[in-house]
Amino acid sequence: MADIELLPHNVPSPNTELPELVEELTTLNLGPTHPATHGIFQNVLKMDGEKIVSGEQTIGYIHRAFEKIAERRAFYQITTLTDRMNYCSSPINNLGWNMTVEKLLGVEVPKRAQYIRVIMMELARITDHLICNSILGVDTGAFTGFLYVMQKREEVYEIYEEVCGARLTTNMGRLGGMERDLSTTAIRKIHEFIKSFPPVLKELEKLLNRNRIFMDRTINVGPISVERALSYGFTGPNLRAAGLDYDVRVMNPYSSYEDFDFSIPVGQNGDTYDRYMVRNEEMWQSLRIVEQAINNLPEGPYYADAPEYYLPPKKEVYRNMEALIYHFKIVMGEIDAPAGEVYHAVEGGNGELGFYLISDGGRAPYRLHFRRPSFIYYQAYPEMCKGSTLSDAILTMSSLNVIAGELDA
Amino acid sequence: MLSNQEVAEALLEKFGDQVFDFEEPYGLLTLSTTREQIIPILEFLRDHKTYQVIFLTDLTGIHYPDNQDKEFVVVYHMHSFVHNFRIRIKVALAEQDIHIPTATGLFAGANWMERETYDYFGILFDGHPNLRRILNIEEMDYFPMRKEFPLEDATREDKIDALFGR
Repeated sequence: MADIELLPHNVPSPNTELPELVEELTTLNLGPTHPATHGIFQNVLKMDGEKIVSGEQTIGYIHRAFEKIAERRAFYQITTLTDRMNYCSSPINNLGWNMTVEKLLGVEVPKRAQYIRVIMMELARITDHLICNSILGVDTGAFTGFLYVMQKREEVYEIYEEVCGARLTTNMGRLGGMERDLSTTAIRKIHEFIKSFPPVLKELEKLLNRNRIFMDRTINVGPISVERALSYGFTGPNLRAAGLDYDVRVMNPYSSYEDFDFSIPVGQNGDTYDRYMVRNEEMWQSLRIVEQAINNLPEGPYYADAPEYYLPPKKEVYRNMEALIYHFKIVMGEIDAPAGEVYHAVEGGNGELGFYLISDGGRAPYRLHFRRPSFIYYQAYPEMCKGSTLSDAILTMSSLNVIAGELDA
Repeated sequence: MLSNQEVAEALLEKFGDQVFDFEEPYGLLTLSTTREQIIPILEFLRDHKTYQVIFLTDLTGIHYPDNQDKEFVVVYHMHSFVHNFRIRIKVALAEQDIHIPTATGLFAGANWMERETYDYFGILFDGHPNLRRILNIEEMDYFPMRKEFPLEDATREDKIDALFGR
């Protein structure tokens, strides 16, 4: 047998130098279609191991140019654009827009319609926060709670159906009031919801509030100080979690919010846990408002006496000449609004939802700008998740409740 | 409670004829200024000991193609939480010289609002750290919110403006 010469394998000759170790950052694309981002937005993260060094967001994936489209539409047709912004709480958007135009037109809405609006807006806030908080549970590993509370959202959607006929993109309310009065079924369903919701919410609280795993995952995750939050333009639950009690419902009451007794929960650290707790408590307060409103629902008309803007009853259209004329003019968008500029803000699910409307006296807005809370506070996201791990960054985004539709408008 | 009158007088005293066109549409104090004075005014309102107008609610633009040398307007909405006082400040810009200083040094949140305004109208915010398009694609070579871009296809004959709006 011949000798086999064993050659040294992979041993560098003493003359070649070992390559030096280079430290480099990993670039990670989080999104645009990632199940954990709950919407279409992309984050390009620079990672050092598992720590996030910096991040940059790319947004605009579902930009639909609502502000441009609105410049050609009659005022009542813009309501359908608004409910595609924050689709987790579309009635707030719809009614906020209607209130903006009413402010421009100088239409006074009767008490009953205002109370109905408050009920719908607070129910919408409950669904909005319910989704945000239960999804936060999903992201920390508790899937059960999410499925469990979905049933309650379903019940709220049934109330929407009873009030406006739609579930998600509601197109609720009309200029000058509501499209119809609360039916007995709707009232019954609201009462049922008030009774059946607290045990469910209590169970969700029991599942998460003092849960060791949940607390470890959320406390001190994605914190922001109140100064930075203000500088970034935070509003709503995310600002209140940082410790400032700014709420449009209290500071600039609209739609009779001054009649109701409720409190504004605030947090201390502005971290994910505080945002969760603030939203949780806000659901209790919203339920209180719904309860007060439905129990003290005033009698009277549910729409304002403004025939130029509010559609006449269909029966009248067939019999009455004026009603027919107004019906035609309203549907064709032939109503000229007075010239003027108005800023109206409502407390949306995520914060101050503002409508800046400029009318030049025509049938459509000359310029309409939506102040979308998600769009404004989402820019703080890289700063909030800097230095944290990827899994914490997911929780931070989840607790900010960034809604892609509202972000991109 | 802070009155519009009080703030208007303070601004007039500090900035003289650099602030003008005072109005109160729907009770909201509205005034105009020049682009040289906008940052000092925002800073004055923010750092004022009693007013504390610390919150930039909104920043956006408007296009008035018929206003000669004032085709574009940048609008700032400010809010003081302490007094629950809102103020609206406008700056008119000419299309040939469409520059305005950035407010990102005063408010971190102005960053995206200015990018959005640039994206829509092409208003250039001098000193902005990252003035790129934000909602539209980067390759876009026009500014879609300007009034010269109609929404409808101009060649259509079945939809005339007199019947179906602008």
